[in-house]
Amino acid sequence: MSKKYFVPLIGFGALVALLLFGLSNDPKLIPSPFIGQPAPEFKLPKMYKPNETISVSDMKGEVWVLNLWASWCVSCRAEHKVLSRLIAEKKVPTVGLNYKDYGTEDYGDDALQWLATLGNPYTAVAVDTKGMAGIDWGVVGVPETFVIDKKGIVRYKFTGPVYPDAVDDILIPLIDKLRAEAG
Amino acid sequence: MKRYLGIFVFLTVMFGVTSHAVQIEFHQFESKEQEQLYLQLIAELRCVKCQNQNLAESNAELATDMRKKTYEMIKEGKSRSDVVSYMTARYGDFVLYKPPFKTKTLLLWVGPPIFLFLSLFLLVKLIRKQGHEKSEALTESQRESVRVALDTKQPNQEK
Repeated sequence: MSKKYFVPLIGFGALVALLLFGLSNDPKLIPSPFIGQPAPEFKLPKMYKPNETISVSDMKGEVWVLNLWASWCVSCRAEHKVLSRLIAEKKVPTVGLNYKDYGTEDYGDDALQWLATLGNPYTAVAVDTKGMAGIDWGVVGVPETFVIDKKGIVRYKFTGPVYPDAVDDILIPLIDKLRAEAG
Repeated sequence: MKRYLGIFVFLTVMFGVTSHAVQIEFHQFESKEQEQLYLQLIAELRCVKCQNQNLAESNAELATDMRKKTYEMIKEGKSRSDVVSYMTARYGDFVLYKPPFKTKTLLLWVGPPIFLFLSLFLLVKLIRKQGHEKSEALTESQRESVRVALDTKQPNQEK
């Protein structure tokens, strides 16, 4: 049999391989354009102290974590325990960005109750009622978690609820590595 | 008949509902150009939450916010490229339905035409080759056998 009859078969095989590769990619994981860029600034009121503000520049000089969450977000509830463990274990300053939740017409102060019931692991909670800081950080859906280095550069983004293996395999080694870097 | 009526009612309800699902805010613009720009932009920007819809079609909350941001920027007199760079700075090129032409997207833009010309080239080559094979002349003995076959078949064809 002539070799040329195998050409369509090889082509078909290549197409199958390409489509299989496509299947294994999650289209929801949009690569963040912020990795390696300075963290977008926000200056927002604190949840428990509305007269005080918290901003990104306040956090400079330390490795810190930004976690976008909301009381209406079901997977944030699932993530909460895992995230709290990371914060307690690494003593890493963590700002919770409360996205379109506290102070909105629909949810009022649900967020306060949420934190009272589940515990508040955050160093500070920034209130983003209008969701505009969220857009500045390129939010697609809460929860989202960012790791920012001492110089204020975004180094990592985790989309979706943080799970235990991600904490042990990705976040803890990353925080250790960033802490070892010069400030 | 009754069965068809049921299907008709079902389809009417289905499409009747979905076609009215998107709620669009009403915006006041200072000029016709600004309105045109707004409509153009929300058609070209992708809703990152519901990825196969643009901002105009999507009813997701994030799409509403992104439309609002687009509207505010246009109202402030920002240009088309200002809005596009604002969105791509936050969501990457992914937010554009029309990706920019650069090295990373080269294959995306150049791939399909190359593929088209390559397949056209191969097709023409194949057709030419087949044409040459057919034009091989018959030998005299082959001609004779064809003649015999045609002569014997002829009476059958006349009906």
